[in-house]
Amino acid sequence: MTRIIVVTSGKGGVGKTTTSAAIAMGVAQKGHKTAVIDFDVGLRNLDLIMGCERRVVYDIVNVIYGEATLNQALIRDKHCEQLYILPASQTRDKDALSQEGVGQILEELAAKDFEYVVCDSPAGIEKGAHLAMYFADDAFVVTNPEVASVRDSDRMLGILSSKSRRAEQGLEPIKEYLLLTRYSPERVRIGEMLSVADVQDILSLHLLGVIPESKSVLTASNSGMPVILDEKSDAGQAYADIVARYLGEDKPHRFIEEKKGLFGKFFGSK
Amino acid sequence: MPNNPPILEFKSGSFSVPILVLFTDDLKAIKQQLQEKVDLAPEFFKKSPLIFDVQKLNKQGHSVDISALVDIMRQFGLLPTGIRGGNAQQNKEALELLIPVYSVHTSTTLPDTQKQKIVIPEPVADINTTATTLITRPVRSGQRIYASGDLVVLAPVSAGAEIMSEGNIHIYNTLRGRALAGVQGNADARIFCSDLQAELISIAGNYKISEAISSNVGKKSVQVYLQGHTLIIQDIV
Ligand SMILES: Nc1ncnc2c1ncn2[C@@H]1O[C@H](COP(=O)(O)OP(=O)(O)OP(=O)(O)O)[C@@H](O)[C@H]1O
Ligand SMILES: [Mg+2]
Repeated sequence: MTRIIVVTSGKGGVGKTTTSAAIAMGVAQKGHKTAVIDFDVGLRNLDLIMGCERRVVYDIVNVIYGEATLNQALIRDKHCEQLYILPASQTRDKDALSQEGVGQILEELAAKDFEYVVCDSPAGIEKGAHLAMYFADDAFVVTNPEVASVRDSDRMLGILSSKSRRAEQGLEPIKEYLLLTRYSPERVRIGEMLSVADVQDILSLHLLGVIPESKSVLTASNSGMPVILDEKSDAGQAYADIVARYLGEDKPHRFIEEKKGLFGKFFGSK
Repeated sequence: MPNNPPILEFKSGSFSVPILVLFTDDLKAIKQQLQEKVDLAPEFFKKSPLIFDVQKLNKQGHSVDISALVDIMRQFGLLPTGIRGGNAQQNKEALELLIPVYSVHTSTTLPDTQKQKIVIPEPVADINTTATTLITRPVRSGQRIYASGDLVVLAPVSAGAEIMSEGNIHIYNTLRGRALAGVQGNADARIFCSDLQAELISIAGNYKISEAISSNVGKKSVQVYLQGHTLIIQDIV
């Protein structure tokens, strides 16, 4: 059985692509054959984060239009042989995607024994975002701890529960998970950001994990490596925890509390 | 890939659709009242399917021009998708406009009389008019729920969501969006809520917006009812 995960948010720039790359890599590293698809036609950048931009020949639009086979378009990841990337087109516009076309690609991936397909959604609630979530079984709702992002995630959750294939066909609803990213306990303390509790109170959603605001994300994307490969980094570890939890392991939440400074270490906090 | 992808399938479903009950044949008055209702919740009425009921009007011996009526509803962005309680002529006119005809079978309000038994079930979605609607999943921003009877919500109602009921509304959770009870004019309808942080509450068209709702009513059980034209928010102790 193939499990289709959509990484979605409504709001732009919250960390969907960073998350898609990290969790696809994490799941694949656990031995599951995984594909990650960039649905951001016209603004593709998953290939950059995955470090395979120079190996892109064909893309998802070529496959939909029969200009290339799926095999020709899938790029095997250089770090993990269980992981494949299906890039988006940089030259076409988002209307080039169709529901039938996407459905066919997902069926073909299932026939090729892919266990997980991660769909990196574009921002917004328009066609690209709609197609990215339509066939999903699980939704990773990426949210930043601020009011606008939370509101957009809430809107997206409404769409997931009414406009998806599972909703339309009256199947069991999409499983929804909250991923709170770019979290900074210090900024929560001084009231610049919503806390984990605030966000959960508003969204009432199962928290899969908190990813701290971290310089390692930018460093990783500049070097074309999903941040989860940087095992020493806090963000990398946060994503590793998330993958483990998603696959059924029980891991306590981290990165919610402020790091104790030297002073805190000596004297204990609170 | 499967060799025989399914092409289509008929399924039965049950939907809750607003019903517009008309009491007069005065098109001008209808138009004016509709305008008021639509102004109150524009998002709700936009492209909303609607069944109109002319039974009461016919009983009073009025008759109404179906096509003019349909035009008015469409002007307000409503999508009339059925007529109920019409006479033969009205049903014919409706069908000519491709509007399906529904029979009146509000089983829960009418006593179980002979009359009901001769109603021939129609191959249409069941229109649930008076039963309680139960919502167990969060109502998200942008979503709307309409209940013809009472509405019971066990999950939170987000800011930007709208729940409406012709009867009472019970929310055993946080209400951050809009809740409109007694939307067909039932002034006895009430709203019960265990954490009221609403953007708007309304009973029979009398409303209060968030600014006018005291901020210390949240995080405890309250009820909202109508006294004259004033909404009263009261603790339930
Ligand atoms: N945990 C984090 N810490 C610091 N920076 C982050 C973190 N997560 C993401 N970023 C940064 O935020 C920016 C946006 O990230 P990303 O491209 O993943 O978002 P997106 O949701 O995919 O955006 P879009 O909506 O444009 O597709 C990038 O510059 C990325 O490096
Ligand atoms: Mg992106």
